[in-house]
Amino acid sequence: MLRHARGSLWSVYFKTRVPDHRTGLRRWSSMHRAVPPVISVTPSRALVDETFRVAVQNLPPGSPVTLHSLHRSEDEDLWEAFGHYVSDSRGTVSVADDFSFGGTYTGKEAMGLLWSMSPVPGSREGLRLRKKNVCIPQLVNISVYGGHVEEGFGERLPLASTLTERWHLGPGVRRIEISERGVRGTLFIPPGPGPFPGMLDMWGGGGGLLEYRSALLASHGYASLALEYFTAGELKSADKEFSYFETAFNIVREHPQVIPDRVGLFGLSLGSLMASYLAAESSVIEPRCCVCVSGGHLYPRGANLQQLFRAYSSHSHKLRVDEHNREIWRSINLPIPEDLSQKLDVGKINCPMLLVNGIDDQNWPTVECAEDMAHMMRAAGKEHLLTRIEYPDAGHLIEPPYSPHSRATKFIKDGVTVILLWGGQTKPHADAQEDSWRNILAFLQKHLYCTQNPKAKM
Amino acid sequence: IFFYNCTISTARCCVKLSVHPSRGLMDEKFTVLVQNVLPGFQLTVYAFYKCEGGYSWEAFAHYTASATGAVNVSEDPSRGGTYSGVEPMGLMWSLRPVPGSKSGLRMRKMNVQTPMEVTISVYQGHLTEGFVDQVPLAAVVVERWYMAPGVRRIPITEGGLTATLFLPSGPGPFPGLLDLWGGGGKLVEYRAALLASHGIAAMALDYLTPQITKETGKMVDYEYFEAAYRVLEQHPQILGSRIAMLGLSFGTSVTLRMAVYSQVIKLRCAVCISGSHVQPIDGSHLFVFSLLSFFSNADKTRFNEEQHVIWRDLLMPIPTDASLKVDVGRLRCPLLLVVGEDDQNWPSYESAMDMKEMMQRAGNEHLLTVLSYPNAGHLIEPPFTPSARAIMVLWGGEPVAHSVAQEDSWRKTLVFLRVNLYGGSQPGAAASSHL
Repeated sequence: MLRHARGSLWSVYFKTRVPDHRTGLRRWSSMHRAVPPVISVTPSRALVDETFRVAVQNLPPGSPVTLHSLHRSEDEDLWEAFGHYVSDSRGTVSVADDFSFGGTYTGKEAMGLLWSMSPVPGSREGLRLRKKNVCIPQLVNISVYGGHVEEGFGERLPLASTLTERWHLGPGVRRIEISERGVRGTLFIPPGPGPFPGMLDMWGGGGGLLEYRSALLASHGYASLALEYFTAGELKSADKEFSYFETAFNIVREHPQVIPDRVGLFGLSLGSLMASYLAAESSVIEPRCCVCVSGGHLYPRGANLQQLFRAYSSHSHKLRVDEHNREIWRSINLPIPEDLSQKLDVGKINCPMLLVNGIDDQNWPTVECAEDMAHMMRAAGKEHLLTRIEYPDAGHLIEPPYSPHSRATKFIKDGVTVILLWGGQTKPHADAQEDSWRNILAFLQKHLYCTQNPKAKM
Repeated sequence: IFFYNCTISTARCCVKLSVHPSRGLMDEKFTVLVQNVLPGFQLTVYAFYKCEGGYSWEAFAHYTASATGAVNVSEDPSRGGTYSGVEPMGLMWSLRPVPGSKSGLRMRKMNVQTPMEVTISVYQGHLTEGFVDQVPLAAVVVERWYMAPGVRRIPITEGGLTATLFLPSGPGPFPGLLDLWGGGGKLVEYRAALLASHGIAAMALDYLTPQITKETGKMVDYEYFEAAYRVLEQHPQILGSRIAMLGLSFGTSVTLRMAVYSQVIKLRCAVCISGSHVQPIDGSHLFVFSLLSFFSNADKTRFNEEQHVIWRDLLMPIPTDASLKVDVGRLRCPLLLVVGEDDQNWPSYESAMDMKEMMQRAGNEHLLTVLSYPNAGHLIEPPFTPSARAIMVLWGGEPVAHSVAQEDSWRKTLVFLRVNLYGGSQPGAAASSHL
């Protein structure tokens, strides 16, 4: 079954941080009581989209403390968040119930220690936190420090600390590497006999094979295939024909544990465009429903992927950069063309569509596209199939909840590393991630799980 | 047939089964929820576990879906199965060996670094057998852990000890605890691992079958327990002035002996489960050997109809002779006694009453808290695991009452330890008021 490193976890986080214990103890005793406070995270092991309660007990009443989170990513970068609290008359702090008065988040924010994380000072630029190995959890250290600390957490000893595990993979979910009929990806099957509704899950222009969202979807009961359709960082070389995506869909549909007429599509960014294309144009597959996050419909009719990119490239003179030299791609395809041949014929879509977008998306004019898609679907009498959710101050990268927000990150474009501006402000973006995920799961439950057949009697 | 298959597969696909949390500690409750079935639908919720010994255990309960097409095991009554009524954790504590298993099985997890993996499924109808031949409507896997993330497991062999220390997550320092099991011996780690998951640096100690006894043939004495205590006391991440001892069964005999007579061991508090203070007190440090001889007095054992050995009567009636009892009137730290009134193995309840009387006479009764559970048996373990019934020695206890006793006493034990080990600046604080 699943195994992961344990035992020396403490040293991973604190080997450079723990001063001589006796010195630490003496320094403590003079400032605090001999018995340290107790910090707890409940549940200590959870899926990444589950909430937790962080509490500290046994503090002196009315004492200022800082709650701090620390995570060492698979790329060895350190991410942290912190909030300033004051203990109550019983010497307790409860993150879910109390206000943070300062730090990387403020107010009553049960999950602030996760979603407000950012790389520690001195880190490399343009980082994005993405889980690669879903078979082991994300380990987050949650600590409490005396006083309201702003920086230098690494040089101080916390009063107490605990470790929490955040999983993308639920217990019993099976992971199956797929390499058949030319299709590459990873299929995640929920535990149990099934059969289950299925999903084809596609990420965007960064490429490669990212499994974490499919692992999470399988943990919610969907047999989900995370699809690789071009090599990471090599967007220009993406040359798959649409039959590749249709074959991938069929691999899911034909799996013995998948219900063949309940397979949906899930895409983000470029993946969302692929999903919309399949829903509109494929004569081979019939998705049951489609979730499109931060996508669009701008697509020269009849083009393949290579031609699509050439079409986008022809607008690249419209590319803007901000004062930090971060690329803003948003306006490349604005205004939305009137010419129907430059857009997917979304009027042909026959399945429910959920469009999730951030109004502050700086990478793609997703809201303008959504508006135009609604217009086109209305004209075709298909508007009843469409649900649009748009979030103010949210950016392009709308991920599963509680993941940190990155307003701009590195991206490999034509073999060169640039910084792309995705947009969004941290708190509204975090709210959008949490709210949209809830909406997405409800949408999938409604269209893939609920029976439409009144004859199903026992 | 096609329509039947369609309906079944539609039904199967509709059923949503979830258990939350899907990864929890052994002493945490979970919620089992079945949704998307038809109102009034009859179903069986089934739990299956294959233990480390390779034996299969199962539990099941019959439910009827509500008007909203759901079953919530925490709130709805079971109409039958291995438990009945509203029992949120019934699927765990009523686990029993599957029909056809060999007798005398006891479920004890020896490897605490991996979780117990329980498969929870839902079947159509009210089934009582043949689960293996049916396909369930849905199934999920639940992980149950003895070790919280970040808890460190450290084998201890210094000083001739056979022990394992579990340190909680964090820099510490933490209060410490010496954890003693009973007559079965071996190094049993799970309770200590769980205590560390609650912030106490706990050391599980093998004192009946340690390496040193296997090599020399000699039983351990005072020095062994004092060495274990010193390891805790001197550990840089343990508060030397806040060390407790917890014993079950035979471990109670040791705990009380050390608490009163050891010159080295200074306990902040003690917890004694299902044991007795009756033992020969002769000033000898070879007390473990003499205790075992004392209890092997087989003349007074009884056998019940099923040929189970009952040791209760060995120590009954409780002697009035002071040289046969630990002088609990000399205790200087809070003591929590946990006893099952249907303990068929030791006269725990009678001993507790006698101890209370002794402490009343000595004037230290304020240190004593007795938790006494009707119909609970001898093996009062951490909650939500099956209590062993038909083993060679009749442990006593009725399953529901026993599981209630385990759940309640564990919670109160944790509070007792928290209050005495984490709270206050001097020992002897009024622990009982918090219970």
